[in-house]
Amino acid sequence: MFGISGGAVIPFFDELYHETEIRNILVRHEQCAAHMADGFARASGRPGVCVATSGPGATNLTTGIANAYMDSIPVVALTGQVSCRPVPGSSYLVGTDAFQEADTVGIMTPVTKYCTQVRSAEEIPPTIKEAFHIASTGRTGPVLIDIPVDTQRDELDFNYPRNLDLRGYKPPQKTPHPLQIKKAAEMLKEAERPMILSGGGTIISGAAKELTELAEFLMTPVTTSLMGKGSIPEDHPLSLGVIGMHGTTEGMRTTLETDLIMAVGLRFSDRTTCKIPLFKRDAKIIHIDIDSAEIGKNIETDIPIVADAKMALKAIYKELSKTTSKRKKSAWYDRIEELRQSVAEEKEEEEGLKVPRMLKELRKIVPRDAIICTEVGQNQSWTAIYFDIYKPRTFITSGGLGTMGFGFPAALGAKVARPDTPVLDIAGDGSFNMTNQELATSNFHDIPVVVIILNNRMLGMVAQWQRLFYGRRYSGVDLGTVPDFVKLAESYGAHGTRVGSYKEVGKAVKEALKSDTTTVIDVPISMEDNVYPMVPAGKGFDEIVTG
Amino acid sequence: MNETQIISAIVEHKPGVLYKVSNLFRRRNYNIESISVGAAEIEGTARVTITVNENEQKTEQVIKQLNKLVEVIKVSRLDASNMVAREMALVKVHIANPSARSDIVQYANIFRSRIVDVSPDSMTIEVTGDSSKIDALIELMKGFGLKEIARTGITALARGARSTKLEE
Ligand SMILES: Cc1ncc(C[n+]2csc(CCOP(=O)(O)OP(=O)(O)O)c2C)c(N)n1
Repeated sequence: MFGISGGAVIPFFDELYHETEIRNILVRHEQCAAHMADGFARASGRPGVCVATSGPGATNLTTGIANAYMDSIPVVALTGQVSCRPVPGSSYLVGTDAFQEADTVGIMTPVTKYCTQVRSAEEIPPTIKEAFHIASTGRTGPVLIDIPVDTQRDELDFNYPRNLDLRGYKPPQKTPHPLQIKKAAEMLKEAERPMILSGGGTIISGAAKELTELAEFLMTPVTTSLMGKGSIPEDHPLSLGVIGMHGTTEGMRTTLETDLIMAVGLRFSDRTTCKIPLFKRDAKIIHIDIDSAEIGKNIETDIPIVADAKMALKAIYKELSKTTSKRKKSAWYDRIEELRQSVAEEKEEEEGLKVPRMLKELRKIVPRDAIICTEVGQNQSWTAIYFDIYKPRTFITSGGLGTMGFGFPAALGAKVARPDTPVLDIAGDGSFNMTNQELATSNFHDIPVVVIILNNRMLGMVAQWQRLFYGRRYSGVDLGTVPDFVKLAESYGAHGTRVGSYKEVGKAVKEALKSDTTTVIDVPISMEDNVYPMVPAGKGFDEIVTG
Repeated sequence: MNETQIISAIVEHKPGVLYKVSNLFRRRNYNIESISVGAAEIEGTARVTITVNENEQKTEQVIKQLNKLVEVIKVSRLDASNMVAREMALVKVHIANPSARSDIVQYANIFRSRIVDVSPDSMTIEVTGDSSKIDALIELMKGFGLKEIARTGITALARGARSTKLEE
């Protein structure tokens, strides 16, 4: 549990005073409490919990909750609220603009899967049970319970209900419709150039293994959205990496040539598809998603399958193996190899410390199961393209909301969930500045992670756009050289180090991985570097800019 | 093609639910033409009838999104050819001269509506029907001078055997 106390949650925290089973981690900003709960959930698959007081505590949570909502992450948030029952002589009451009152349910409704306010202590146990159930079933997502302080003070005989009474909550059936599976199998069999596109739903459903097996059976290349990174080991011969605004050239060229896209646990976000007609061309689409509202929302599909990704993939595999055997290499496979080869040849060595090469070298040092978080900006895109991920739940990034400052607290949350796994945050200097006060949390609660700052002294991604599309008018992106990240780290009791070559980076990371304190590695890089490949805004996959 | 679509939802009859329903339309970039709410057949539930002017696909999409609200128990789209849809309006009309008064009474009769209030310089008509009938009456009354209008928004049920009721 990650949180910060305040007037409207003192009774709640008071109960935690003698509590031993719940680890109570005091963070330094409520936004980070939500990000940590989110990172915890992404790393473990279990809902993370965050707590904040009423008013500013709750509004500070908002960004973190919205972030979890966009990426369908199960988080349970508890907020304090001013009293809900009148006390004679007091106007500390919901609806009166009392001290630290904010309309939390009003604010959070559009960014939560469910949110509600309890009005009595009796409502608290069933509501908590409902919250965990709703957050972690169907399409997962954040749930918030607003708890007026007077209900926290009430006494009652604790009774955790066994059954839920939720007539309006109807998570979709997990099992796919057999007819749709038959049709999908048929279409996959007939396709000459099929491709799998995997999203975050594959990770959440725990379907990475099934996805890889099906890809191998059909010898189909696999691309992923940013959120789907980790659906297949990226050193697998069938993996073509991430596609979208920033993705691999081979992945996007394959998308241009495919005749069937099987999308799994994916919402066809504008970031992934870029210009839809070019994304889709004449390809047919099979769309597997647990949320029927995603089917047909952004793109028309030929075969919709509303189901849990894992179950659907298993069913398709079973259906296919009834009538066909594992495919051998095909002309399509050769074509993919050819694409891959031609891309490899296009790349040339550049002078100076370049992030793509640095990330590739880092990959050799960092253990296969290490968890990699990113911030937002060039750091995120570079990592998506150049740092291979091998396992689900080991790549943690803000996909939907694109929240700068997410990576570091998310890394701390992930480390709490998986204390024996190394956790790294590949950061931009701008993003790290948004939440680096959590170095205090990391130090105080012994949560060691490694932060690698790609320090370009700029809001790099914005500067890239200004360089490419706004005539180099660098308006509002120069961050200067403050702070000195080494000193900053040290002031919080963390290690800080600055490195300038591939070799030094490697050495610093190796040492950091052994350390039981957080290490901040400041890597000064050029301000002029662009992330390539990229698809400019409004363009399609046929207009990839590769540098 | 955009046309009037009527969505009927059974929801929990609790504080804040109407906010969540209407906010969903706003957030998903829909414009609500009308909305009416009242207790439904099962205790603790209310029926919300929402009219939007949208195409088929966007209407389906918002229904799916509505279905995901935990407080929404059941949502249906009413089929225009197989439903009863009604709206009620109160129309207060200016009376400039005695002949206007009798003209208005006549018109009101033709529309099967009733005069429910009279004052020296105004009359209030209560009219029920589908929205086009109400539009027509209001249009007619403009000639006399409209003082005030209050419309309830459409409320509707499926015809006969087809139901939007909760299965027990
Ligand atoms: C909270 C927040 N504010 C603003 C943005 C817009 N934005 C996207 S990328 C970016 C620059 C990020 O800079 P930095 O963290 O230094 O990373 P770099 O691009 O240099 O790797 C900005 C300002 C955002 N994504 N999130």
